[in-house]
Amino acid sequence: MPLQTLIKDLYAILPADAVLYETEDLKPYECDGLSAYRQLPLVVVMPQTESQIVQILQLCHANQIPVVARGAGTGLSGGALPHAQGVLLSLAKINRIVAIDPLARTARVQPGVRNLAISEAAAAYGLYYAPDPSSQIACSIGGNVAENSGGVHCLKYGLTVHNILKLRLLTIDGDCLEIGGEGLDSAGYDLLALLTGSEGMLGIVTEVTVKLIPKPEKAQLVMAAFDDVLKAGNAVANVIAAGIIPAGMEMMDKITIHAVEEFLHAGYDMNAEAILLCESDGSVEEVADEVGRIHTILKQSGATNISLSQNEAERLGFWAGRKAAFPAAGRVSPDYYCMDGTIPRKRLAEVLNGIARLSQEYGLRCMNVFHAGDGNLHPLILYDANQPGELEKTEEFGGKILEMCIHAGGTITGEHGVGMEKINQMCVQFSPDELEMFHAVKAAFDPHGLLNPGKAVPTLHRCAEFGAMHVHHGALKFTELPRF
Amino acid sequence: MQSVIEHYQASIQQAVENKTPLHICGGGSKSFYGQAVPNQTALILDVTAYHGIIDYEPTELVVTARAGTRLAELESVLSQHGQMLAFEPPHWSEAATLGGCVAAGLSGPRRVSAGSVRDFVLGVRLLNGIASDLHFGGQVMKNVAGYDVSRLMVGAMGTLGVLLEVSLKVLPKPATEITLCMDIDEQSAIERMNEWAGRPLPISATCYVDHVLYLRLSGAESAVRAAQEKLGAETWGDGQAFWQSVCEQTHSFFQSPKPLWRLSINPTAAPLSVPGKQLLEWHGGLRWVVCEDPSDAESIRSAAKAAGGHATLFRHGDGQIPVFHPLSPGLMKIHRALKEKFDPQRILNPGRLYSEL
Repeated sequence: MPLQTLIKDLYAILPADAVLYETEDLKPYECDGLSAYRQLPLVVVMPQTESQIVQILQLCHANQIPVVARGAGTGLSGGALPHAQGVLLSLAKINRIVAIDPLARTARVQPGVRNLAISEAAAAYGLYYAPDPSSQIACSIGGNVAENSGGVHCLKYGLTVHNILKLRLLTIDGDCLEIGGEGLDSAGYDLLALLTGSEGMLGIVTEVTVKLIPKPEKAQLVMAAFDDVLKAGNAVANVIAAGIIPAGMEMMDKITIHAVEEFLHAGYDMNAEAILLCESDGSVEEVADEVGRIHTILKQSGATNISLSQNEAERLGFWAGRKAAFPAAGRVSPDYYCMDGTIPRKRLAEVLNGIARLSQEYGLRCMNVFHAGDGNLHPLILYDANQPGELEKTEEFGGKILEMCIHAGGTITGEHGVGMEKINQMCVQFSPDELEMFHAVKAAFDPHGLLNPGKAVPTLHRCAEFGAMHVHHGALKFTELPRF
Repeated sequence: MQSVIEHYQASIQQAVENKTPLHICGGGSKSFYGQAVPNQTALILDVTAYHGIIDYEPTELVVTARAGTRLAELESVLSQHGQMLAFEPPHWSEAATLGGCVAAGLSGPRRVSAGSVRDFVLGVRLLNGIASDLHFGGQVMKNVAGYDVSRLMVGAMGTLGVLLEVSLKVLPKPATEITLCMDIDEQSAIERMNEWAGRPLPISATCYVDHVLYLRLSGAESAVRAAQEKLGAETWGDGQAFWQSVCEQTHSFFQSPKPLWRLSINPTAAPLSVPGKQLLEWHGGLRWVVCEDPSDAESIRSAAKAAGGHATLFRHGDGQIPVFHPLSPGLMKIHRALKEKFDPQRILNPGRLYSEL
């Protein structure tokens, strides 16, 4: 279909200012939060109603035009990277909180609603939406569903998949499906689970019903410094072995502590090899009880320094450092590359040592922040994109970290998604039969492969090429091959 | 143990060749549940031989076990480390297996606070309908690599694959549990349960039956005592026995030979005006109805739909009325496509979930 015809047909569906096709208008959409990957789409569309999306999908389906959905564009794996021959479907303007039902503890929201906006709207009822990815002020709930986003509190409160009840989903041919229900389960296959984290490959979500939970009466943070990362890892295991599920449990290594402290002066112990933040929440009585036990366990586990937040301001202050880890990385290095592997926690020391070895080998510094409770590791590789070859070196380093996570019994992505970024490592984590099954699932929803094509699941052909690349010591061959 | 898997694979391959359906059987504790596999020529695939715990790390909160492992055995090992399957699965027989628990996807009273079976599934190993040996998910809490096929298996009644191994998140057992009770009418009970659920109280289960509301409080001793004071209800003597009778359906409510319906709906829905006796769980989100008249299926299904949910003919159906709530044409299309991809010859438990699958 010629571009002019496509634009004309889109104008029949949308107002003129909701169709973008001039290069300078497309530019802001060329990448998501992973700016290393850039691609201009043919057209960007910004519908405001579900019926407009239906018509856009029908148009694209009839003409076999790829469709890439985009929420706030904060994703970290290139999942919303446009398709050169495709339509970029921005859902940012479909951003209404449709209804909050305080008694049933649910909110019906459109996909463009920001994660934090849900909790802000629910606050009047003493309720909130639990998953809190660090981008929560900006990221949208539609994107959270696409990525199955977590956050620092997910060991206790779960991921997106645990906190949603129902979706309105448009299939590529424009059919509207209700997935899930107002009860806690629904008839038939658990499509709600299958769709959560499906990276925009199976359908377009136009409404999400999320669960809201009561705000705990109190939260208190215990901050402990350790002179050895291994001791900090063991301390986490000891807390859990004592039957405690902290609301949050975060670890930072020395290089992160220094980067953050110089940036923010959060009061972190600069002599520590690792800092552990351990949060307790619940009723006043429960928190007092739990914090006391956590304090004892951390002390017995060899903490060199323990502080308890004495008030809400101090608690937020302790957290501020952890939450500023990414900007701090941006301050000590021109660029950084955030990885997202998950490992069984008992393998932490081994994986951190491996990262340190690779860091020396590649001559690139690496900061490590760790959702210690659930084993989700975010190494931040510091590099300078203006140095020729450094991005390529960084990607290779990152790829090796992910493969190490797989060998440790973990996974290449805990919460950021595969997108474009980790598609090669999918070949390492899954067998050809398993990858074929993923393609079959995709085909059950989208037989022509029009939704977000080329993301999340590699073709077997691509894996064969990637295997060949490995044999040649990681030297990138076949760079002319499309990356899908 | 590899030879057991090879035996399963050979059975599947043979079934594909002969076009004979396989009826997958674990401990048989849930054989009443779902529709009958219709073909009289169906062969039984006994999946109890592949059993045993493979890996359990209490400090990682993860256990991996073979699907033929008895639930009771698994829970007893967890219990030795002060941990539990937090979704409180019903057993209905000592022979109940982990595989059956996951395939049926049923959770007990604690589901309302802790989550369901599918919420705790982290990964599975399975054989699909062409006997490919596949792993999905893993043994870690957070994992978004690939589609979430492991959770898709939960409640699929064995129609998409033969489960071989399952990894589950486990949780510590609460330090203290007490049960409170109060006499109250149904409408008020529904309102109270939902109001309380919106407050930070350690309520782990609720049940309303015979005009009495039962609440279970679980957590740290201090938290449970403080909540008890706030709620101001009486303590019920043998709470543990009560919740077990609800979960295992040994409570007198469940003893009727009449059709038993399970309605999963919006918890705040007003008392349902459907014929028959009712028992409520999950703050009103789960309503069991013993229906005297089998011809009331339509009215029960439409009541469930009007309340935002669905109705399952759980026990004592007549074999004519579909067990599971009919799907919309659009959803059935996706279900059929998925079945076709996982089990192209329709040999795995055909018809057990829907006659079309």
